[in-house]
Amino acid sequence: MEVGINPLVLMTFFPLVGVLVLVFLAPQQKKAMRWTALVTSLVTFAVSLWVLFLFDPNKADNLLVQIPWFRLAGVPIQILMGVDGLSILMVLLTTFLTPIAILSTWKAVEEQVKGFMIFFLLLEVGMLGVFLALDLVLFYIFWEFTLIPMYFLIGVWGGKNRIYAALKFFLFTMAGSMLMLLAILYLGLQAGSFSQPELIANRGLFAGAQMLLFLAFAIAFAIKVPIFPLHTWLPDAHVEAPTAGSVILAGVLLKMGAYGFLRFNLALFPQASVQAAPVIAVLAIIGILYGAAVAFAQKDIKKLVAYSSVAHLGFVMLGIFALNVEGLSGAILQMLNHGVSTGALFLLVGMIYERRHTREMSEYGGLWKAMPIYGGIFLVVMLSSVGLPGLNGFVGEFTILVGAFGSKVLGSPWFAGIATLGVILAAAYLLKLFEKTFLGPITKEENKTLKDLNLREIITMAPLLALIFWLGIYPQPFFNLINPAVERLVELVQSAALVLH
Amino acid sequence: MTNMIDIYSILPVMIVAGWAVLLLVVDLWIPRDRKGITALLTALGLAVALGFVLASSGSTILGFNQMVVLDGFASFLQVLFLVSGLATVALAYDYVQRMNINYGEFYVLMMFSIAGMMLMSQAYNLLMVFLALELLSIPIYVLAGFARTRLESEEAALKYFLLGAFASGFVLYGTALIFSATGRLDFVGIVATVNAGSASPVLFLIGAALLLVGFGFKVAAVPFQMWTPDVYQGAPTPITAFMSVAVKAAGFAALLRVFLVLFPSLSEHLTPILWVMAALTMIVGNVVALAQNNIKRMLAYSAIAHAGYILMAFVAYGNGEVVRNTVAATLFYLVAYGLTSLGAWGLVVVIEREYGRGIQLDDLSGIGKKYPWLGVAMLIFMLSFTGIPLTMGFWGKFYLFRTAVEAGFVGLAVIGLLTSVASAYYYLRVVVYMFMKPGEPKFEINPWVSFVIGVAALAVLLLSLMPWTILELASRAVLLLQ
Repeated sequence: MEVGINPLVLMTFFPLVGVLVLVFLAPQQKKAMRWTALVTSLVTFAVSLWVLFLFDPNKADNLLVQIPWFRLAGVPIQILMGVDGLSILMVLLTTFLTPIAILSTWKAVEEQVKGFMIFFLLLEVGMLGVFLALDLVLFYIFWEFTLIPMYFLIGVWGGKNRIYAALKFFLFTMAGSMLMLLAILYLGLQAGSFSQPELIANRGLFAGAQMLLFLAFAIAFAIKVPIFPLHTWLPDAHVEAPTAGSVILAGVLLKMGAYGFLRFNLALFPQASVQAAPVIAVLAIIGILYGAAVAFAQKDIKKLVAYSSVAHLGFVMLGIFALNVEGLSGAILQMLNHGVSTGALFLLVGMIYERRHTREMSEYGGLWKAMPIYGGIFLVVMLSSVGLPGLNGFVGEFTILVGAFGSKVLGSPWFAGIATLGVILAAAYLLKLFEKTFLGPITKEENKTLKDLNLREIITMAPLLALIFWLGIYPQPFFNLINPAVERLVELVQSAALVLH
Repeated sequence: MTNMIDIYSILPVMIVAGWAVLLLVVDLWIPRDRKGITALLTALGLAVALGFVLASSGSTILGFNQMVVLDGFASFLQVLFLVSGLATVALAYDYVQRMNINYGEFYVLMMFSIAGMMLMSQAYNLLMVFLALELLSIPIYVLAGFARTRLESEEAALKYFLLGAFASGFVLYGTALIFSATGRLDFVGIVATVNAGSASPVLFLIGAALLLVGFGFKVAAVPFQMWTPDVYQGAPTPITAFMSVAVKAAGFAALLRVFLVLFPSLSEHLTPILWVMAALTMIVGNVVALAQNNIKRMLAYSAIAHAGYILMAFVAYGNGEVVRNTVAATLFYLVAYGLTSLGAWGLVVVIEREYGRGIQLDDLSGIGKKYPWLGVAMLIFMLSFTGIPLTMGFWGKFYLFRTAVEAGFVGLAVIGLLTSVASAYYYLRVVVYMFMKPGEPKFEINPWVSFVIGVAALAVLLLSLMPWTILELASRAVLLLQ
């Protein structure tokens, strides 16, 4: 078996090589640690590009790895991993954001660099595993495993309230995943398998309990996304997390929830998904409006960006539960967009925080004059988050709204109609943010002497900016990657819906 | 020839007991400042017995006119008892010197107790069960008070002895009632009488319930858990580790053997009671642990909670289709829990400097920075207790919950899962103090203690990657149970 050369396995576990090297570095070799982590994550990114090269969107089981692990009470638990259109972009997003996030910590993290980098690389392993695992138990293992490094990143390197925020993050997610574990156990008992493709084939065996199972999975994922009203951990975690942690948290970890809906809820319980779609769509819309309203009221820049995530993820959920091709592919693209734009916003917030050690909007004003490069980049990223045509945010949101508008499952154009309000609100709070921090005269003495971005910071931002424009102007290659998988999924859900009516 | 087979069937028990008797004499010639030799000889005896257990495992023998049985179940547990005995010797070696309680009896008593536990796993007659129970308990009463003249230790010994004597009384009375119901004490005879329908059902049921009380006390199940925190806190820490692992396992050995063989016909009446016991044990253990700042007491309540998780799978003991998984899951979990618990108590042994001064969470501050490996090991134990993946604790809980769901006790599984979330809070507090609070801890770490902690941490981690090793042994033990 060519287990050793399977690029998926190599990619997922390569960061462990970096961890191993880091363990043996002496505490004062901070520079070597940073470079080790960066190089490791860059190699991982390179391997993920190789995966992309080998990837065939029309196949459901690209690069499938299937290794029997062991049997528990007769039911096999396998190392079953594969990549398809639902996961490929998430995988790339993970490997893309990790080196960027590591680069952003060059100056920001001075304490216990070794631990930080080790946890960061472990986190990457966990995230990649989540997106690639096709065995439910394996998925659960990776899912829970991501908790530990993130818990430490927030708890050790976070802000003032870090311990509270870290604990809240851990307990919220764990509470959700426990219900999911119960559902996984039940599925394994009923169907005699934990493999997602096999379970899809044998859906009839657990069709009776599908609404409860759907709920058990949905709650676990909804907490992660987060869907209103389960979002309360998010602002705490984001505000207290170090910049790199926020980038990964917003960029990738939240996507794990949305991805979970796509991979497991829709595919395993299509009828329940159809039945639950209007409810989730309503919650998503509440999330969009509520997130936007609360974001508007924030004085702390990082909190504002955190609440904007609630709103943006509301769009993603609306797209997913439109349950048609436009909605789903828009949602997946929007997941990527949000990862790029919000990740970039958190990085920018981190850069100004490193200089001034405050995130209060009132402390700034007129920054454009002191830091023109920073201001220019901020403007582009902010507009991409608003959804300006020509930038990435627009493509995703527009496709989602088209999907929601024409969705048979939701059955009413009002969902899309009200959600559109969210786009306007996003413009309101983000423009307000920009105006207060960048426009007008410089009001504070300290801000006059602020240094503009240095080369490392520009290098950190450049790939994100490139992607923002690329996605905004020519998104077709991305849609080509997603669409075949989405079409298969929609077909599956719709045939189930037919049975229902 | 029958005699030879009889002796063969309990050879490891005889080795441990005989070695202990000899050691008692030999110890007289070992000077007080050289008690390390006694420790070494104890370890040697346990290792020899371990060798014999491993050599004789795989055979099934009913010995001494069906008084004892040797089967996979017994062998599996005996390995567990002996290994935790060895670990306890390693934990105690330095500790007893530091606390100035380095008397040879310490090790000898422990060996007697282990002999009792091993016999318990083999007992196939209610009198043997009682005999084994006393043999394992009485040395522990003494050991709990081994640091005598220190109040905490004396309190622990007295409490444990009084309540333990009650528990023994329950077991004996239950045995008497079962004898009057069936006219037999041997398992084979009792089963035959019950199957023939000539047993008095009421007396039989009351007898079974009384046995449940007695064993419930040993495994620290609610409502028979009152003694646990005080005794765990007051006893010398290595003995606490020993109690939380080996004594608990011995209690479950008795529970499984007796109930699975004798009382499946009573499951209709006992299952609801067990259901409530399991639920209460998980809830009380975890909820009260939330409020503890003293680590010994926190771990004591956590030990109660873990008994609850095992009971959750045990509730279905009368369900013939599930029972194989009940046994395998219990054995597997006892290993997972045992490794984790030995490691965690090992850390307490490291930190504890002064007898009786409880260790507060504050004492852990800064460990992660100053002693990263110790911190990481404790992190692994805490995650394993919580049941987070990539630890043995995860697979242990996974299997227990699976068994509960398989038997149809979804409600109980939900209680278990929710209490697990609660438990994450207090286990993580340990992590918070170790890694996220500043502090300047200073320990002298004995190499034997760090060896135990290191091996336990590695085992918890590595065995989680290849759980089939233990799993296979645990599920093979089931086949030979009846």
